[in-house]
Amino acid sequence: MLSELRTSRLSPHKYYELYMRAFDELRKLEMFFREETTRGNCSVVDLYELVQHAGNVLPRLYLLCTVGSVYIKSKEAPAKDVLKDLVEMSRGIQHPLRGLFLRSYLSQISRDKLPDIGSEYEGDADSVNDAIEFVLQNFIEMNKLWVRMQHQGPQRDKEKREKERSELRDLVGKNLHVLSQIEGVDLEMYKETVLPRILEQVVNCKDELAQFYLMDCIIQVFPDEYHLQTLETLLSAFPQLQPGVDIKTVLSQLMDRLSNYAASSPEVLPEFLQVEAFAKFSSAIGKVIEAQPDMPAVSAITLYVSLLTFTLRVHPDRLDYVDQVLGACVKKLSGKEKLQDSRATKQIVALLSAPLEKYSNIVTALELSNYPKVMDHLDNSTTKVMAVVIIQSIMKNTTCVSTSDKVEALFELIKGLIKDMDGTQDDDVDEEDFKEEQNSVARLIHMLYNEDQEEMLKIICTVQKHILRGGPKRLPFTVPSLVFLALKLVRRLQGQDGDVVGEDVPTTPKKIFQILNQTIEALYLVPCPELSLRLYLQCAEAANDCDLEPVAYEFFTQAFILYEEEIADSKAQVTAIHLIIGTLQRMNIFGVENRDTLTHKATGYSAKLLKKPDQCRAVYACSHLFWVEDQDGVKDGERVLLCLKRALRIANAAQQMANAARGSSGSISLFIEILNKYLYFFEKGNPQITSSAIQGLIELITTEMQGENATSDPSAEAFFSSTMRYIQFQKQKGGSMGEKYETIKAS
Amino acid sequence: MNYLMGAFKPPCNITITFSDGKTRKQVSVKKENGKTAMVPVFQSLETISGEVSIDPVQGKKVEHTGVKIELLGQIELYFDRGNFYDFTSLVRELDVPGDIYEKKTYPFEFSSVEMPYESYNGTNVRLRYILRVTISRNYVSNITEHRDFCVRNYSPVPTMNNSIKMEVGIEDCLHIEFEYSKSKYHLKDVIIGKIYFLLVRIKIKNMELEIRRRESTGSGPNTYVETETLAKFELMDGAPVRGESIPIRLFLSPYELTPTYRNINNKFSVKYYLNLVLVDEEDRRYFKQQEISMYRLLDTPASS
Repeated sequence: MLSELRTSRLSPHKYYELYMRAFDELRKLEMFFREETTRGNCSVVDLYELVQHAGNVLPRLYLLCTVGSVYIKSKEAPAKDVLKDLVEMSRGIQHPLRGLFLRSYLSQISRDKLPDIGSEYEGDADSVNDAIEFVLQNFIEMNKLWVRMQHQGPQRDKEKREKERSELRDLVGKNLHVLSQIEGVDLEMYKETVLPRILEQVVNCKDELAQFYLMDCIIQVFPDEYHLQTLETLLSAFPQLQPGVDIKTVLSQLMDRLSNYAASSPEVLPEFLQVEAFAKFSSAIGKVIEAQPDMPAVSAITLYVSLLTFTLRVHPDRLDYVDQVLGACVKKLSGKEKLQDSRATKQIVALLSAPLEKYSNIVTALELSNYPKVMDHLDNSTTKVMAVVIIQSIMKNTTCVSTSDKVEALFELIKGLIKDMDGTQDDDVDEEDFKEEQNSVARLIHMLYNEDQEEMLKIICTVQKHILRGGPKRLPFTVPSLVFLALKLVRRLQGQDGDVVGEDVPTTPKKIFQILNQTIEALYLVPCPELSLRLYLQCAEAANDCDLEPVAYEFFTQAFILYEEEIADSKAQVTAIHLIIGTLQRMNIFGVENRDTLTHKATGYSAKLLKKPDQCRAVYACSHLFWVEDQDGVKDGERVLLCLKRALRIANAAQQMANAARGSSGSISLFIEILNKYLYFFEKGNPQITSSAIQGLIELITTEMQGENATSDPSAEAFFSSTMRYIQFQKQKGGSMGEKYETIKAS
Repeated sequence: MNYLMGAFKPPCNITITFSDGKTRKQVSVKKENGKTAMVPVFQSLETISGEVSIDPVQGKKVEHTGVKIELLGQIELYFDRGNFYDFTSLVRELDVPGDIYEKKTYPFEFSSVEMPYESYNGTNVRLRYILRVTISRNYVSNITEHRDFCVRNYSPVPTMNNSIKMEVGIEDCLHIEFEYSKSKYHLKDVIIGKIYFLLVRIKIKNMELEIRRRESTGSGPNTYVETETLAKFELMDGAPVRGESIPIRLFLSPYELTPTYRNINNKFSVKYYLNLVLVDEEDRRYFKQQEISMYRLLDTPASS
């Protein structure tokens, strides 16, 4: 059976199966040996010698280990001597696979027999040392064998071999596990003996697979406290590892563990400070990167990410550490092109997001001087993603960014969103994504706030400066936000008008309006006339509230110019003219002249709309311009009537046109609408609107409705009948209104 | 029938017994016919004594011209089989000429016999000690009977026993250094040593230690050398790398070894060698042979 183990034809996996069978048999053999010796049939010493007569080395050593186990149990010789002998003799197997299994067997049978502290096999004073020595030696030899495996056999099977090797790694790692379970390994011992020895072996084996696995093992197997205290030693090994070793994973693991450790028990934090964990990690990473010039950027950055995470968790109060990490990262990246590697950029995003998540306050991040520098190394699209992340973070935490400096910094960070990056014109940007991004920028603008108006103004200036660089595609999204932000400030100023006196107050609504004007102008050049028009009107209204007539007039002028020059679409014109009329109606600061000019314009434009119904509607809307329900509002009844009559004319014309074109009269709803306007002004007490006029109109409508070529229009009919009901209702209500209505004869 | 047989059978039975035959240590010895037999062990300068009893077959008488017992030390070379060379020959007369009618016993004693050589049973040579009783008769052939015994001589622990240490190699291919703790071993000894690999450029499959016996017989042009591998002991499995040291621990007790014999009576020598063999993956063998000298240490319980 044991001789079968000498085969070299089996793959490690199959060999393992064979080994397990042999192992079972050896267990039985061991029992047998033990029985024999306790019965006194032969002494263990003789047995120990006897098995060494076997001619083949592998079976011999398996037997030797088996008897050795019995020997230790019998306590006829000190465990340490037997173990030492066994581990020495095992050198006879230099074949990697067989050697590994043999030593694994040795490790397995000796596990419970180590002369550890408190163990029944404990010998004299230094026996723990012997135990450690034994395990270490076995470990070192196994590792050597394991490393050597890669050189066995032809070159072409290398990959397969490496795979097989990693299947065997647990055999090696088990030793470290055993080591960690030896009671006698205290911190002192670990620091002085165990760790240096292991590391020496790890470094010297010069094998990537092994180094990676073993470092990982060390980190996993031994307690955190030990790591903390031996950080320097442990870390000093990293720069010496092979270039291909995935240091980042290992180091990250270590840092993760330690930061978890720190998090789990706050009382150990002083220890971290005492051993200067951060400084050590930082310098170790520096050295690793230095030692491996070929290391891909992604790994380096990953390292920094882990370090950053560690810092954030262990020293959340040390912002300078964070900055330091970022600075180091910048240094690493400097002198290189923008990163093309997607994984690397991903890592940078992680790197940059970490502080955001931790501090949940962008302001903190803005204090990190290296933060934007790191961002500079991202490619455009990633910069955008990052910017979105930043904005989202702000949104989530409803952070207020409250100084212009910070705003400046912030916009510097998110400049990927704010403007097109030089040179590259990404046409393939998904429209929806783009909107999403710009919307978030717009939202961000609303988050800017400072109590101090002066500072606020500065903020606005800064924002303006940035967003004006955004180019035609972005402005429609961002400008409105800015405008409303500014208007908000205006309203605030206006609210405390009384307190602000004196010439030297820098923040005046006027100034803001100047800024606004510029801003909207930019938008108007985009061109985006409808939007700018609305904004102009908004501004005009605000200016109105601030009693700044010239400003308001200017805005209106701009709006009209826009209307004239840019708004060509008839539908848009309709909307625009209604907007203008609506706003104008609310304006109360204009002098008669200005007002006349504006109202005249508005009426004129209304009449020039393309479609008759639109014309009609615009014109009757204009009538409101002459009747403002304020105390000192304009109440020019004549002009109102004029407008309404004109509207009627147009409605008539529209009807005729419809008749001519289609042979059927158009809808009479226009008439009904005008009737409603009549009723409105009638109620408001416009002397020019007489009940007879209304009466006439009603009759006209009735006739029209009963006309031959009238098409039945249920909605119009319903509209009319409800209007009539209203008249009826007002009549019945009595009072002054009732009296007024009395004259109207509702048929 | 009985009568007929009687004509060819010796007319008497001769038995030789040693005086301390019951208590004396015995060893097994391979006889010519392939069977093993237990024979008593003596060493040089011991007194060999005992009795010879002659028991005539029922109803017969043995006429003789004298009865003698000889102690012979003989060397037999197999290329010259049947021709014994006696290097020791001692004679005791047991009886004067006469007739023997019934069983008669004669005591004998050879005191402090010098037996410088050990019994040996090799491939080409045999060295043996016998006691031979001869009943001399007229007209008919003498009646003889012999009894083997074994001689083993013990040596003291040698005062000088240096280790064997040597560095060997093939240039740019293999350099090893090996060390055996001693150059002289007793028969139940353990060979302890180690092999240190200084340079390995060949793919070694395994390494063995062989114990070889070289028996040379004859002299001059008629020298026959026979080499026999008594033990093959695998030391290492697999290919070592530079700097590896492989331990050796070989117990000699399981092997049938004899002490080293140098030029025994100018007839033969037996020498022992340790042969370190490295086998590479193409089954080429690289070896280095070292002579070791064997000696017999008196068995005391402490010496094992």
